Amino acid sequence: MIRNWLTQLAHAALVLGLAPLLTGVTRKIKARFLRRRGPSVVQPYRDLLKLIRKETVVAESASWLFRFIPYLIFATTWVAAALVPTFATGLAFGAAADLIVIVALLGTARFLLALAGLDVGTSFGGIGSSREMMFATLAEPAMLMVMFTLSLFAGSTELSSISAYMVGAGAVLSISLALALVALIIVSIGENARIPVDNPATHLELTMVHEAMILEYSGRHLAVIEAAAFLKLLLYLSLIACVFTPWGTASVGAGAVAYAVGFAAYLVKLGMLAFLLVLFETAIAKMRVFRVPELLGVALMLGLLGTILLFVSRVSR
Amino acid sequence: MSPLLLNQLAASGVAWLLIWAVVALVVVRGPRTSQLIYGACALICAVLAGLGACALFTPGAGANALELPVGLPLGRTLLGLDPLSAAFATIINIAGTIVSGYAVGYGTHAREPRRVVPLYPAFIAGMNLVLLAQDAFSFLIGWEFMSLASWALVVSDHHSADSRRAGLIYLVMATAGALNLLFAFGLLAGHSEGYAFSDMRRAAGSTMGAVVLLLTLVGAGSKAGLVPLHAWLPLAHPAAPSHVSALMSGIMTKVAVYGFIRIVFDLAGPPAWWWSIPVLVVAALTAFLGVLYALMEHDLKRLLAYHTVENIGIIFIGLGLALAFRASGLAAAGALALIAAIFHVFNHSLFKSLLFLGSGAVLNSTGERDMEHLGGLIHRMPVTAVAFLGGCIAISALPPFNGFVSEWLTFQAILLSPQLPQWIPRLLVPAVGATLACSAALAATCFVKAFGMTFLGRPRTSTAAEARETDRWSVGAMLIFAALCLLAGVFPGVVMDALAPVSRMLLGTELAPQLTQPWLRIVPIAPERSAYNGVLVFGMIAIAAAVTALVVRRFASHAMRRSPAWDCGFPDASPATQYTAGSFAQPIRRVFGSAVFRARERVEMPKPGDTSTAKAYIEVHDTLWEVLYAPVIRVVDATTERLNRLQFLTIRNYLTLVFTALVLLLIVVGIAR
Repeated sequence: MIRNWLTQLAHAALVLGLAPLLTGVTRKIKARFLRRRGPSVVQPYRDLLKLIRKETVVAESASWLFRFIPYLIFATTWVAAALVPTFATGLAFGAAADLIVIVALLGTARFLLALAGLDVGTSFGGIGSSREMMFATLAEPAMLMVMFTLSLFAGSTELSSISAYMVGAGAVLSISLALALVALIIVSIGENARIPVDNPATHLELTMVHEAMILEYSGRHLAVIEAAAFLKLLLYLSLIACVFTPWGTASVGAGAVAYAVGFAAYLVKLGMLAFLLVLFETAIAKMRVFRVPELLGVALMLGLLGTILLFVSRVSR
Repeated sequence: MSPLLLNQLAASGVAWLLIWAVVALVVVRGPRTSQLIYGACALICAVLAGLGACALFTPGAGANALELPVGLPLGRTLLGLDPLSAAFATIINIAGTIVSGYAVGYGTHAREPRRVVPLYPAFIAGMNLVLLAQDAFSFLIGWEFMSLASWALVVSDHHSADSRRAGLIYLVMATAGALNLLFAFGLLAGHSEGYAFSDMRRAAGSTMGAVVLLLTLVGAGSKAGLVPLHAWLPLAHPAAPSHVSALMSGIMTKVAVYGFIRIVFDLAGPPAWWWSIPVLVVAALTAFLGVLYALMEHDLKRLLAYHTVENIGIIFIGLGLALAFRASGLAAAGALALIAAIFHVFNHSLFKSLLFLGSGAVLNSTGERDMEHLGGLIHRMPVTAVAFLGGCIAISALPPFNGFVSEWLTFQAILLSPQLPQWIPRLLVPAVGATLACSAALAATCFVKAFGMTFLGRPRTSTAAEARETDRWSVGAMLIFAALCLLAGVFPGVVMDALAPVSRMLLGTELAPQLTQPWLRIVPIAPERSAYNGVLVFGMIAIAAAVTALVVRRFASHAMRRSPAWDCGFPDASPATQYTAGSFAQPIRRVFGSAVFRARERVEMPKPGDTSTAKAYIEVHDTLWEVLYAPVIRVVDATTERLNRLQFLTIRNYLTLVFTALVLLLIVVGIAR
């Protein structure tokens, strides 16, 4: 029990500490791919520090909601990220919130962010909010379909159980799993505003989505929102790692060595996934906004196909 | 309390409501007397809610029904609260109490109180009578009472042509629906010796069950707003005064759901496996189309009404799953699906009432329902905005509010459906799940739009800029609703345990008690399979947000400056440059609407040198109306046009007609003999 609580706290602290580093690493790798030297991998930490030391400018037409929302977005994203097993399973709160809850918590964060985009009453904020919500209408069901597939395999919607099932002897390679993986990758790219859906590196582009919503934010509010975005990227990569590459993750009641191995394995997995993400991102061009629904629709269909295959192939579980 | 006494008290509650309706007819002249009537309604509803809750845990309240000495010569009039009635009576009367409290403040603004106030208690009485009825006769009396009272409330604003049209369509649909229910009861009673529900139950299991199901699906479904029978709903619900809209959307649709459960789960006997298929298909379509329609709306109240259609779809998805599980003997899974559905009934009665009350407050202080003319109300109506925001988060099925819990339970039920032995439902259910997930995400979009356009941004008109916070009664009622939404989301185990008698009554089984679970979590099936802990999720979010805010406060710069909006360096002073409801929904219109609504956009640019403005046109078709309703209306019109000539015949023609009719009748009689 105590150990579960400690694991949970360690997760909460770890994701918070590691998230900016992950973004820093992806930026560094990307810069190297583009034959630039790129900023140091700790640059995101410096950015956050710089932002919270700056004066905050709030638009005159902004309401109190505008100032509250960053903290709520950060809190919901942080809670969701802390619920994904990274280096060890057996989280104290794992039994309180399953994968559906994690998806829904991210939904809450998105809902609030979209409201923040509309609060000041500018056209850019509206563009961002409306497009973000449109993407979500396909990405969220796709994510839930992936979740259906996984939980039908594992007989549970809890991430720890799913991870344990995947690493266990009962796991089989299946077409449904492959479909779910592809769908999950597409959703991750869309949800994290990466190329080809959105470009995290640009501002002032008519195609921007995420950046348009947070255009009016500055100072400490912006720092908190940026940190939430870092956490979200970490969350999705951890999720892929936890479910599809569960090897090395320390299980409940394992010794200290297992935890150390689990931690090392987690770092390696994150590094690999970040590399693959950047590789994909550099190889592809940004999509037009109205092509994105087609991409996300593909994810939804793949997820649905995976689930239906499972429904008809399993008698009961 | 003895069961019979409970039933007597509940019946007298209905009688009191009717008495107050008559009193209102006599005394209501102005605001003071209206307040008196609404206050009385609130009290009676509170008592009825308490009685319902007592009856839920009083075994035998259904068997000891109160028998009244009035009614059909053949049947008896029986009133009683069995667990199903009691659960719904509690749900609708909780909402009824709070809405009546709101009306104490809001109802004073009515222009013609005598057209509204006397009908209000009658409407609530009708709904309670439907729930209390333990025989088909009083059920239908209550049902018609409810329909007619609400119809009269819809047309209370008789000056507006829209209201009159809505009233006409509502009346036609309500009559058609009641006719279907009449036939359904007729079939059920045909084999049994009487019209009492207990007699029908005893004779259940006849071969006509399938026909009863379809008749009920049409009859109760048209009242609840199942697509494609929803057409009246988005017209009628918004046309009524806002507190009545809250009752119609939040509560009356629930009475329709009750009617469906009563007939299909309780009276129609054991279901065949395919019964679930029409229910699931219609429900998924309803959920998806309802929210798409809502997204196309920019009238706040109509948006909410269309959203009721979506939620009814979600409820019926749960009911369809429960039917499928029950038919295959999977009682535990059936109990989960049924509890999910009724939990959503409860949730929807809370947040939809709340949102309609909020729209009423906005309407009252600005005179506007059109979101394109609102904006920035969070500054002028801060408390209404908070309550409305709570309702928006709850209805979008986002944690930690209550809407999420019932959808979570529905998803858990969907995940159990590979256990079903038949192929068709197993293929169908994942698609239903995807539709449900999609409509949940669309609902979030819809409520970002509703809240964002109404309360956020800059005011689009001067009336919006000068809005005032509404009165204290209204504000209080909305805050109570919002608090209940949060509480039901944080402590869902309480609601699930309270609903256990219903599943015991209908399915003979129930979920494991939730309140004995550690940490107040809910475990629908088994802890290693899935669990949700509202308290912890809420607590974690609150702690995380507080910690973050404290840390940022401790270490960050405190300097803050107000300045004009940045907007990428090109801020525009005109509020017209903001995103509007139409532009917010544009991506959705392009992605989903081009197929469903044949939505087209067209921009007319002036010729070079021409200084006139460019114009953008949006064309959206209500496809269902055009395909299903318009032809029927055309046929009826054409037929009446023909028949109309019969009015202007000569006396000779009439005599000929009468004579021919007589001869024909005699021939028919002769052949029949």
